[in-house]
Amino acid sequence: MNEAREQILAAIQRSLKRARLDAARETELRERVAAHRRNLIPARAAALDDTGRIDLFVAMAEEVQATVARVGSPAAVPEAVARYLATENLPADLVLAPDPSLDDLPWDARPLLRIRRGPAEAGDTVSLTPCFAAIAETGTLMLVSGPETPTTLNFLPDTHIVLVYADQIVATYEDGWDRLRTTGRMPRAINFVTGPSRTGDIEQRIELGAHGPRRLHIIVVDDPQKAGDGKDK
Amino acid sequence: MLATSRTFEANARAGLANPILQRALALMQSGFPERRRLAVERLPEFEALREIGKSIKDHTLDHLDFYLELFEANVLATGGQVHWARTPDEACAAVLAICRSVDAKLVTKGKSMVAEEVGLNEYLEENGITPVETDLGEYIIQLRHEPPSHLIAPAIHLMKEQVADTFRAEHRMLDQGRSLAEARQLCDEARAVLRPRFLAADVGITGANFLVAETGSSIIVTNEGNGDLTQTLPRVHIVMTSLEKLVPTLEDAATLLRLLARSATGQEFSAYTTVSTGPRRPGDLDGPEQYHVVLLDNGRSALLGGEFQDMLRCIRCSACMNHCPVYAAVGGHAYGWVYSGPMGAVLTPSLIGLREAVHLPNASTLCGRCESVCPVKIPLPKMLRHWREREFSQKLNPPVYRAGLSLWVWVARRPRLYHALAELASRALGWLGRDRGRFRTLPLANGWTAVRDMPAPEGRSFHSLWAERQSGDTGE
Repeated sequence: MNEAREQILAAIQRSLKRARLDAARETELRERVAAHRRNLIPARAAALDDTGRIDLFVAMAEEVQATVARVGSPAAVPEAVARYLATENLPADLVLAPDPSLDDLPWDARPLLRIRRGPAEAGDTVSLTPCFAAIAETGTLMLVSGPETPTTLNFLPDTHIVLVYADQIVATYEDGWDRLRTTGRMPRAINFVTGPSRTGDIEQRIELGAHGPRRLHIIVVDDPQKAGDGKDK
Repeated sequence: MLATSRTFEANARAGLANPILQRALALMQSGFPERRRLAVERLPEFEALREIGKSIKDHTLDHLDFYLELFEANVLATGGQVHWARTPDEACAAVLAICRSVDAKLVTKGKSMVAEEVGLNEYLEENGITPVETDLGEYIIQLRHEPPSHLIAPAIHLMKEQVADTFRAEHRMLDQGRSLAEARQLCDEARAVLRPRFLAADVGITGANFLVAETGSSIIVTNEGNGDLTQTLPRVHIVMTSLEKLVPTLEDAATLLRLLARSATGQEFSAYTTVSTGPRRPGDLDGPEQYHVVLLDNGRSALLGGEFQDMLRCIRCSACMNHCPVYAAVGGHAYGWVYSGPMGAVLTPSLIGLREAVHLPNASTLCGRCESVCPVKIPLPKMLRHWREREFSQKLNPPVYRAGLSLWVWVARRPRLYHALAELASRALGWLGRDRGRFRTLPLANGWTAVRDMPAPEGRSFHSLWAERQSGDTGE
């Protein structure tokens, strides 16, 4: 295949009527890449304060049939999960991402929840995962793969519950890239999830739950320390 | 895949006479364009983003060799492999070699137009490997042994009754008395049938909407989640893609993603946008152990630097076909190959040769709607005209057509004669049609009068009226 590689690159240069780029031009292009320069950013989310950004995220997510619950503290999460499962008439079996951020939540307060930690398996009905960030612009969750956040949890179960801390909500995809770069690693998979799975392949009627989750439930935890910011806008 | 583009005229006639297709196309016309319009209205920056999207793609294409090498280096750095393929045969062979290396029997597939282009499914089947399409539309047409009729909605030519018949015929293990009257039931059945396939597959093949040079990533945009199950569950993930999908950075990808879903389905963002970079990392509990990118050229490098380079900006959104009056009348299968609508009419002659696809550049009224909605501003009508010029200069049109055109050129180059003949013809037609005001039939114009009447001219040509008015104006 190396022959194919050389021939394709040569054919490109022949068509572009030039030789391989010189070192100076290649350096310029490398600098362009390294600069991570943003293109035009829509004003919709970029111009908002913290409260506005959270509200936009919730509104956009609900517009694409995600459901959203807001709780005042991490301690209220198990209660909110149990209430959601009961309301939706779902079994109280839960697969949790093996992420340490979920360890300290008071699951003991809801002893009827049957919890397993790990990647998803066939037959799992409900998963709960943290998120890496959430994008207000389109109500999009940004989930990254890793030992503590297996990707299968995002796709195999019928119901996916995602925990979003208010300070994880950023305005745009570009803000998400910036946060990712601060971690210094590129994960195997970044899943941007906007609402539950859907298809319009039959007569263009939108049906939810094509192959991925039928339900996407987002629990937004309003960080008490950040609550003050919302008032003085 | 064997092209039937040569018989476009017959294909189109069959499409016009197909009542199911006509119902399906009517649904499409009321759907996609309106949803796109609403989405565009909600984003005031959309027009400006189109211009930026165009410039990102132009910049990448102008430096494609550099960005391909950068992309490859970053795929290798994250533990993946890149397979360069000049031709469909090389691409198929690369996929087969990977499948054989892990002794694969069952392959799941996310939607990939490049895989359609190289005829991957047939090739794998011939070599004892079972490919299973998992996008609902692709699954339906795979069961029916049909090519896709649309870029993003491959089964858009069908109504739910045809899908129900297909499922009943193919899913014989299920209760024959079950109800399949609703789209919901069809979706649920496909979900139930395909889930064990996802779990059992040895290799998952997806396409790519974008490749990111900066990170060596491939990006897919889907709504069903099938592409993610396809690439996450098997041991091997193969990305089947082509050279022109590259963009330099994640920021550039974000800009194009803002254009893609809105132009395609009118969504703000598709349900799943997935950035895949290499195989599973140490400690990861799931994800593929191998990550391969098969990079197909198949004539694309030859389009650079010429009058068709702009076509390589295409991000496969389908807005052009969703807004095309010809596509809306005849459907995608009439175009006879993998790509249809205006983008197909431009791209197909480049990929399979003008001789094979000679009718396609003529399958357009040149109304310009395609260009006006294209998210990366591809001048589709201009390129269709380029093909028509080549068609003429290569003497590919029928002799009668060429003789007629030559005669017209001879007259049109002699303005006095042209005006005199036009005046004569319009007066003659006006006189002949003076009673009815219209003609039911006209010699040499059966194609027109077969489906409508030709109005009779009202006596004089535009040129003579204009000349009279000009002289009148100067006289005052």
